[in-house]
Amino acid sequence: MELQTLTYIVVGLTFATYIGIAIWARAGSTKEFYVAGGGVHPIANGMATGADWMSAASFISMAGLIGFSYQGYGGSVFLLGWTGGYVLLAMCLAPYLRKFGKFTVPEFIGDRYYSNTAKVVAVICLILASVTYVIGQMKGIGVAFSRFLETSYEAGLTAGMVIVFIYAVLGGMKGITYTQIAQYVVLIFAYTIPAIFISLELTGNPIPQLGLGSTLVSDGTYVLDKLNQVVTELGFAEYTTSTRGSTLNMFVYTMSLMIGTAGLPHVIIRFFTVPSVKDARKSAGWALVFIAILYTTAPAVAGMARLNLMSTIEPTPGNYLAYDERPQWFKNWETTGLLKYEDKNDDGLVQYSADKATNEMVKIDNDILVLANPEIARLPNWVIALVAAGGLAAALSTAAGLLLAISSAISHDLLKGIIRPDISEKAELNASRIAMGFTVLLAGYLGFNPPDFAAGTVALAFGLAASSIFPAIMLGIFYKRMNTAGAVAGMLSGIGVTLFYVFQHKGIMFVQSTSFLGDLDPNWFLGIEPNAFGAVGAVVNFVVAFAVCKITAEPPKHVQDLVDFIRAPHGAGDATSH
Amino acid sequence: MKNNAEAYWKANVSLIVKLLIIWFVVPFLGGIVFVDTLNQISLGGYPLGFWIAQQGSIYMFVVLIFYYAKKMSDLDDQFSNGGE
Repeated sequence: MELQTLTYIVVGLTFATYIGIAIWARAGSTKEFYVAGGGVHPIANGMATGADWMSAASFISMAGLIGFSYQGYGGSVFLLGWTGGYVLLAMCLAPYLRKFGKFTVPEFIGDRYYSNTAKVVAVICLILASVTYVIGQMKGIGVAFSRFLETSYEAGLTAGMVIVFIYAVLGGMKGITYTQIAQYVVLIFAYTIPAIFISLELTGNPIPQLGLGSTLVSDGTYVLDKLNQVVTELGFAEYTTSTRGSTLNMFVYTMSLMIGTAGLPHVIIRFFTVPSVKDARKSAGWALVFIAILYTTAPAVAGMARLNLMSTIEPTPGNYLAYDERPQWFKNWETTGLLKYEDKNDDGLVQYSADKATNEMVKIDNDILVLANPEIARLPNWVIALVAAGGLAAALSTAAGLLLAISSAISHDLLKGIIRPDISEKAELNASRIAMGFTVLLAGYLGFNPPDFAAGTVALAFGLAASSIFPAIMLGIFYKRMNTAGAVAGMLSGIGVTLFYVFQHKGIMFVQSTSFLGDLDPNWFLGIEPNAFGAVGAVVNFVVAFAVCKITAEPPKHVQDLVDFIRAPHGAGDATSH
Repeated sequence: MKNNAEAYWKANVSLIVKLLIIWFVVPFLGGIVFVDTLNQISLGGYPLGFWIAQQGSIYMFVVLIFYYAKKMSDLDDQFSNGGE
């Protein structure tokens, strides 16, 4: 069957399943609406968290970033950063927030710091981080749809916006947890099946995690040795050792992503849905198991795809692919504008090299790698169709989770919590839908002019979450003496420093022309890139919070009792509204 | 009752500190700071440092969380002070 038709069928079937589940499991009350009734099994919740967590950035973008622009070893920052945060979450946040038993993160901050100001600041930080994150998703959705519909990136993005809007506003809010379980299954199959095929083909070992450490069927050299040899011949840095910037940059980048993971509200609220404190701890472990399946496969996908691409363009050293004989996937991706060839020396051959003057592959967008991977390896059409469905599942499940977090912050925390406490349940839900609509439009608009690759944009969101929300929650649990003034000053200075640093290099609200210092290495503070600055922001947050706290009054008795209450695991009630 | 709760919290915090030291040392020192040294050793076709950064640490994170969940579960029973 033709690829296009097959893709439509597979994508159509998976979408029908999601919508079917969403209707079957729709929420009957606000409690079901916000925390899925609080009765989700830890393994099921782990799987849903996995889908919620693994976005377009993980699925579409990450392997491409590892394989290409982060040149192999440098990509470890994503692999470590986006998994290690779960350890922080399981030990430092999830169990206590589950015990606290409310619906949203700003609710915790508002109660713990006995102040609406703290709550509003938390809402603002949450929105900044989540909106940046949604932009990253939009980039991924645009790439997936442009390939799937065989059109330009802009048209693909527009189609994606419409679908996300319909999905999240009408169907996605209801039964989001159960839909995400289905989405997890789709995305994990879509990711691992091509990897297994490719690993088998290259190394004879069906497990990609082992395949990357094995020898090639073709000439018996180790995959990684071969890769090092091929890339260095073309003038690129060695695959297994090239770092991303300095060692300090790698260190800080990884730390930012870890702390950010633990501070992202759409992940934190997932742990409000399990029945007990014990389950919250276990659920974080299960979530990481499901995430690790993809994350340990990704380096194999990255390495093997890079090797396959290189050997397609240059089958043997000095013997280049003729442009007229380029394979179908090459043409398909040229249509999207994400892959560009320019015949600089007019010989009709494709020369790919690290030297900008002679390199003729003028554009290889990192975000196409995973989607193009099965085509490059000439896998059967149904595998290619499955990958398209998987990419969309990843992008949609995360976009839905984020939109839920943003709209609940606006409708539940701001509108009902502060501005109009007497608002009816129905009006609250409507307000939340309107907020979602605006968010999709804003994110789509910024998606037309994305500041970075999907994973890069998402990394900025982590920096914002790391520098504001994580320290405030953690201090609230582990430091009883922390008070309103300290927490508010900490959050504002942490996110302020991070935003200032990002904007000065990337432009205000990511509009490039407004950046007042170019996004270039020599301008970076200690060589730390903007994506990695969240950890520095978090340190600023902690320091300022402590300093301000020391010179202001200690929190009242009832707040200190609240801290004792969340520290003790027993007697956790259901998650409630107020 | 109060002392009980305090002892429980102390035990929790000391467990967290121990586990977070491992959480820090393996990826940040093994996978980043001393990666070049560890790369001298190979694990099949993987240089060891590279393997820690792209595979090993992730497996370790999973083990750490389940170990913590198990230990805390024991602590919960040991300090069981009413409730469920």
